[in-house]
Amino acid sequence: MDIIVCLKQVPNTAKVKMNQDGTLLRAGVPSILNPCDHFALAKALEIKKKTGAKVKVLSMGPSQAAEVLRLALALGADEAYLLCDKAFAGSDTWATAYALSRAVKKIAPFNLILCGQMAIDGDTAQTGPEIAGQLNIPQITFCTDIELKQKDTLLATKLIEGGHQILEVSLPVLITLTTPHNFALPYPNFKAIFEAQQKPLFTWTPNDIEADVSKLGISGSPTRVVKIYPPAPKQKGQVLTLSAEETAAKIVKILQEHKVVK
Amino acid sequence: MSNNLESYKDIWVIAEVDEITKKLRSITLELLSAAKKLSQDLRCKVGIVIIGQDNKKYFEEFAKYGADIIYNIEDSSFTHYDSQNYAQILIALTKKYKPEAILYPSTYMGRDLAPRVASKLSCGLTADCTAVSVKEGKLVQSRPAFGGNIMADIICPDTRPQMASVRPNILPKIALENPSKPQIIEEHFKAVPSKVRVIKTQKDKASEVLKPEEADIVIAVGRGVKDQKTFAFIKELAAELGAALGATRPIVENGLLGKNHQIGQSGVSVKPKVYISFGISGALQHTIGMHNSDLIIAVNSDGKAPIFNISQYGFVADVKKVVPQILQQINKLK
Repeated sequence: MDIIVCLKQVPNTAKVKMNQDGTLLRAGVPSILNPCDHFALAKALEIKKKTGAKVKVLSMGPSQAAEVLRLALALGADEAYLLCDKAFAGSDTWATAYALSRAVKKIAPFNLILCGQMAIDGDTAQTGPEIAGQLNIPQITFCTDIELKQKDTLLATKLIEGGHQILEVSLPVLITLTTPHNFALPYPNFKAIFEAQQKPLFTWTPNDIEADVSKLGISGSPTRVVKIYPPAPKQKGQVLTLSAEETAAKIVKILQEHKVVK
Repeated sequence: MSNNLESYKDIWVIAEVDEITKKLRSITLELLSAAKKLSQDLRCKVGIVIIGQDNKKYFEEFAKYGADIIYNIEDSSFTHYDSQNYAQILIALTKKYKPEAILYPSTYMGRDLAPRVASKLSCGLTADCTAVSVKEGKLVQSRPAFGGNIMADIICPDTRPQMASVRPNILPKIALENPSKPQIIEEHFKAVPSKVRVIKTQKDKASEVLKPEEADIVIAVGRGVKDQKTFAFIKELAAELGAALGATRPIVENGLLGKNHQIGQSGVSVKPKVYISFGISGALQHTIGMHNSDLIIAVNSDGKAPIFNISQYGFVADVKKVVPQILQQINKLK
C-alpha cells in the first residue's frame, strides 16, 4: 500500500500580531506544520504501523518548507518531495492543486492521499478536493477519523451539519482530515530527527512534474486578490445592570436577532 | 472554461436541503437574496439548482426569495449528497447554460462540491465569503483570511463561472413582496454507483463534541461560575443552542472542563459568530483568544470587569440567577 500525505508549512496564525495600522506583523512569527496536515500524517503513520504501507510526503513552498518534510521523515515517513521554484509562488488553490496533482502522478503508485482539511493561514479547505477533482478520484472531506477495513476499503468518519456520517469507500481515494480535540499530535525524538537526515528528500521544479508553467503561480491562478484590509473595528457596546429576569430576556432577544434562537 | 466571457450570463445558487430534517437550509434563501441583489447590478437572471428527491415542495420558497429560473434535477437515486455525482451534474449544467457566477453554501456539502467543480472547470473559487458585490461587472468576493486577522477582496478576472462559497447566517434573507413565477427547467440525470457508500448518518449532541475553535456559538465559563448546579445549567444551555463550551484556565485547572475547551493563551483561539461569557472577568490571557469573535455577550457580577470593554452587550448580573432564566425563557418560545 502506498500513501501520499500533502503537507503545508504555515505561519502560526495564533501568534500573529498586528501593526498599529491594522496590517500584519509577519516578522518573528514562527512557522509550523499545518495542524490538520500533522494529524493527516499521524493517521498515515498509524496505517503504516499496521500494514507496512509506504508513506510519502509532498509539499509545495519555499526552500524552508523542507523543515516540515524533515519533521515528517523523522516521524516515520519514507520519502519526501518538495515542489520549490519561483514559478510556483503565488499560486491560488486551483494552481496549487494542479501542481500537487502533477506531482502525485509522478510519485505514483498510490492507494490513498491524505490532506489536512484546511491550512490555518488560508482556511479555504479547497486544495484537497481540487486535487481529487484533477486526479479524478473520489474524495471525502472534513473527516475526523479513518480506518482501513480491508486491503482496499476504508471507513471514514465525516462531519456533516449537526452530526456525522460513517462512510465506506473503495480505494483509491483522497481524504481531508481535521484534528479531533483529544488527539495529541506526535513529535519525534532527537534520535529520529538525526536518523531522518539520511532519508530521501527530493526537490522538484515544474519541469520534473511536467507541469504547464502557464497554469502555475499568480498568472496561472484563476483568482486574484485585489484588496487586503483590516476587519471593521468592533465598537464597545452598552453595559446594563438589570434584574436577572430582564437580563435573561435581553440576552434571549439578542440571540433571536442573531438567529441563534428561533 | 475561459474563452468568450460574454457568452456567460445569469447568477446561480446551489440549493441545500438538510439530509436529516429534509428542510431547506436557511443559507439557500440567504444566497438567493444575495443573488437577487447582484443580478440587478449584472442585469441578469437568478437561477437556482436543486438536486435531490421531492424537490417541488421548495419551489414556492425559491420564488419568494428571488429565483427566476429553477433547474430541477430530481431522481430517487439522489438520496444522499455524493461529491462525484453532484459535481458531474453541475459541470454538465454549467457547460450547457453558462452561468456567469455560482454561489455555494459554505457548508460541509458546499465546501466539498464547489472545489471539485472548480477543479474540473478550471475556474476560480473563493472560500467562505462573508460578502459578495459587483464592481465593473465582476463578482467581488470578500473573505476573512489569516485566521480572521485580515480581510481580502478577490475577483476572477479571466475565467467563468466566477464561483464563491458564502458563509451561512451572515447575509440577510429578503422575501419579495410580489415574486414572479419562475421558469422551471427539468434536467434528467441518474446517479451512477458511487465509490463512497453511506453506512450511517448520526446527529450529534452539539455541546459534547463541538470544538470551541470550530463552533459558530461558544459559551465560555469563568471563575464567576462557582457551583456545579449553575455549571450544569450552562451545559444544558449550550446543548440547547448548539454551542461549544469554552473556559478560562482556572476552570480547566479545576477539572470542570477538558484542556481542549481552554480559550486564550496556552489554549485555543476562537472566532465564533456569537460568544457568550458567564463569570469571566476578561484577563488578557483569555481575551487574546476570543476578542475577534463577531459578537460578544458578557455576564459578570463585577461592573468593572475588563470583559465589558470588548463586549457589544455587557450585563452586570448574577450568573447563578441569569442562566436558569435564559433556559426557562427559551423553553417558553418552543
